[in-house]
Amino acid sequence: MSDLRESIKSGIVTMMREAAFNVPRDVREALQRAYEIEDNPVAKANLEAILRNIEVSGKTKLPMCQDTGTPTFFIELGEDFPLKSELRSLIEDAVRTATTEIPLRPNAVDPWTYKNSGDNTGRYVPIIHLELVPGSEMKVIYLAKGGGSENTSKLYMLSPVLGLKGIKKAVIDAMVDAGPKPCPPIVVGVGVGGSADMALKLAKKATFRRLDEPNPDPKLAEIEQELLEKINSLGLGPMGLGGKTYALGVKIEWAHKHPASLPVGINTQCWAFRRSEAVFDSDGNMKLLVPP
Amino acid sequence: MAEYRLRTPVSEEDVRKLKVGDIVYLDGIIITGRDQVHRRALELAAKGEKDKIPVNLEGMALYHCGPIVKKVGDEWKIFGFGPTTSARMESVEADFIREFRVRLIIGKGGMFEKTTQGMKEYGAAYLAYPGGTSAVATSAVKRVVDVHWLDLGTPEAMWVVEVENFGPTMVAIDSHGNNLYTDVLSRAKKVAEEIKAKF
Repeated sequence: MSDLRESIKSGIVTMMREAAFNVPRDVREALQRAYEIEDNPVAKANLEAILRNIEVSGKTKLPMCQDTGTPTFFIELGEDFPLKSELRSLIEDAVRTATTEIPLRPNAVDPWTYKNSGDNTGRYVPIIHLELVPGSEMKVIYLAKGGGSENTSKLYMLSPVLGLKGIKKAVIDAMVDAGPKPCPPIVVGVGVGGSADMALKLAKKATFRRLDEPNPDPKLAEIEQELLEKINSLGLGPMGLGGKTYALGVKIEWAHKHPASLPVGINTQCWAFRRSEAVFDSDGNMKLLVPP
Repeated sequence: MAEYRLRTPVSEEDVRKLKVGDIVYLDGIIITGRDQVHRRALELAAKGEKDKIPVNLEGMALYHCGPIVKKVGDEWKIFGFGPTTSARMESVEADFIREFRVRLIIGKGGMFEKTTQGMKEYGAAYLAYPGGTSAVATSAVKRVVDVHWLDLGTPEAMWVVEVENFGPTMVAIDSHGNNLYTDVLSRAKKVAEEIKAKF
């Protein structure tokens, strides 16, 4: 049992290290494409610096960005996985170790005293979203979420009479409001329906779908594509300094909703999309899926 | 669009040459200062105690940055040197420029009307460092020369850092009243209205 705990802990630390120095391949490729199609010199210089930064970070093992994010985990836990209620303390342990070893910037602050805990753990931090699923494996998505891009998240509780038009307008408004702040080019997650909290959670979850993977629902895939084109036609560009690419992708997730509500959650993800995904088998062996 | 390589401290004449859209690489000393450095320095200035500011800021580049640092032996080493969001300093930056005659402000995300006017009046420019490109910024660091006001905590302290070929930075606000961020945003707002009308 202690072996199992040890290997899960070291697996989580590895996931956090991989995310600190890499961005997933689909993001890298989308940034490369944005660079190739750009003809605004300021935008091109920004994209070139971003691509060089990804290369330098991978080689030198210097963190991609000095904001090493809020440690966030989305976990699908198999009901037969041998470890359950201890998972939180084990992940907290891994986060403490990763914070010293990598090193990560301590980002967990008490909102009343502004005291920094110093090790990236605290009340409800790391943030863990847990879902119970059939099977004996555990699937983990780790996200190092930067403060700048989280600050431009939005929740719109629309009147249901506004419908699809209202949803599209909300997305455009959110982008104009975000402007240079979330370190664009960004990935835009849109969560529609559910409840206020669910819409925001779905918005964040939506950003995990690969950029080259369209929505499985053709109607939604069309809306994603339309919104992406419209957002980029705003001309905000990389870092909000003008240019062709403000967003690398728009991803939609949805849930059924109350008849009187139309919640729209929007999550923005900076270009430094530090995310890793792995599957642990019931012996604690980890298979890293993302990155590369 | 021109490209410049400047060594700090810079003269007013050099800064007045810069136009929005120009690209600048820096050599020499840059000094970090975010929220708390602004607050403390301006408090000292208000009390007539500018002599208590530990470095001469005239002509210098002030960088909105809270670095990741670690002491290795007797020396401070920098592991993260990317920019932080400049908007937080908007309310005080024009005063800071007036009091201390810094010529370059480096950061990300842009600044607004008050700073733009201050830069025009006193001769300063805002250089946008590509947000999140901390590894590239860190590899331009030659050494930590000094650190002051460590009691503010390492991210908020005043770090005096020697850099080589620090960049690319883009001139996003120049000393002639031009602001690339507000230009881009006001165009975007117009386009957004057109787009929304067609949904």
